[in-house]
Amino acid sequence: MPLRLLRFALSREHPEPRMFREPERLGDSYDVVIIGAGGHGLACAYYLARDHGITSVAVLEQGYIGGGNTGRNTTIVRSNYLTPEGVKFYDESIRLYRDLSEDVDLNLFYSERGHFTLAHTDSAVATMRWRAEVNKHLGVDSEVVDREQIAEACPEMDLDCGGHLPVMGALYHAPGAVARHDAVAWGYGRGADRRGVEIHQKTAVTGIRVEKGRVTGVDTTRGFVKTGVVLSAVAGSTPRITDMVGLRTPITIQPLQACVTEPLKPWLHTIIVSATLHVYVSQSSRGELVMGSALDPYELHSTRSTLDFAESLSGHLLDMFPFLSEIKVNRQWAGMADMTPDFAPIMGMTPVDGFYLDSGWGTWGFKATPVCGKTMAYTIANRSPHELIEPFRLSRFEEYDLVGEKGAASVGH
Amino acid sequence: MKIINCPVNGPRPMQEFAYGGEVRSMPDPDKATDAEWADYVFHRSGAPGMKREWWYHLASGVWFIAERDTLRDRFIRTYLYDGENMDV
Repeated sequence: MPLRLLRFALSREHPEPRMFREPERLGDSYDVVIIGAGGHGLACAYYLARDHGITSVAVLEQGYIGGGNTGRNTTIVRSNYLTPEGVKFYDESIRLYRDLSEDVDLNLFYSERGHFTLAHTDSAVATMRWRAEVNKHLGVDSEVVDREQIAEACPEMDLDCGGHLPVMGALYHAPGAVARHDAVAWGYGRGADRRGVEIHQKTAVTGIRVEKGRVTGVDTTRGFVKTGVVLSAVAGSTPRITDMVGLRTPITIQPLQACVTEPLKPWLHTIIVSATLHVYVSQSSRGELVMGSALDPYELHSTRSTLDFAESLSGHLLDMFPFLSEIKVNRQWAGMADMTPDFAPIMGMTPVDGFYLDSGWGTWGFKATPVCGKTMAYTIANRSPHELIEPFRLSRFEEYDLVGEKGAASVGH
Repeated sequence: MKIINCPVNGPRPMQEFAYGGEVRSMPDPDKATDAEWADYVFHRSGAPGMKREWWYHLASGVWFIAERDTLRDRFIRTYLYDGENMDV
């Protein structure tokens, strides 16, 4: 990388090509059409091209690359989940993330910080113990720690939270990390683009044609495209896409808000989560405190921000860190989370032949980006679900075989 | 702050209310197949649009129905449930 930068200094012309091509013409037909150029869609395109040699792929995006939930999350990566299915899946994602900067030749600022989930009550301590044991059994670095260990890692925290909700302990997950979320989409997008995948931005899908139970093509704002395989990777827009093929799902959309403060000198070196206080916070490499809270409490297809959110989040943050009272909030935003009843995703094949789902990513999708791309590419290439995503199939609901991941959601949604 | 018009107490701040989900009709548990029952228990109409929903006024314990545009976040109409005349 440094040598390449030196070339910029010596050249009079801009030597670096843009990261993606912008194909002028939308083709008539592709082997695979992926709806949504977020991290998940682009990762799938990348692994389809790299691992399976499928390069006749169009990624259609109604807005711009990474402009949806990929660019709106709080960038936390962890695998200390509650169910064995979840832990195995997210842990594979961490393994992929660790090599991803090399893999896509782009610095993702992947930074392992350690992740504390605070317990303020006896029942929370019991859940942490349960999660730690499941995690350890599956080889994930995860343990219950006491107040002294939390104080050592984060001496700035008021462990008594002003006296009304004293911290009793925490689940500590050393591999917990943050990464630069936009770069994940850009890295996968560039890697896919270089291997022949076409990324078409500002191209919305308006309909999906199904004949005799098989997908035959998609209608877009730029005309019809013939294809036998469609992957929906659209997070908060999933119900609009599944309606196009007449598929019923349990997914409902609720906004998840987040905000950042003005930049501060580095002081918070770990990721702190409190389910009881509905706060998660980490410090970005720019120095901003990146914070989130619980889901908005009702269905809404909008990315509006509310004062209620900023007010309650700030109050709870000050319970833990009273010295932040003079710090300003710089930006606030929201993403549309596609929630499922068991807090696990809905992935894989569907009753419509050729229509694949990578959905139900609610508030936990960013950390799963690499493994979703990899397992969905496998599923599409082999026309058979990858074993890691088998528990997340759509039919689990009618089979009453849910995954039950709610206890590991980062805050009590 | 958002204001919701409670049919009993008039306009009140949103914090006083809880969302109860879309108004849906329950199939007869004795006659429904497993698939029909799973559809009722789990599946939802997740796409945006005008929806009829249950809302609850916490302070006074009133359940009522709201017609809401879930794309624009606008409450169009609120009224008390009238089992006799409603196609629920």
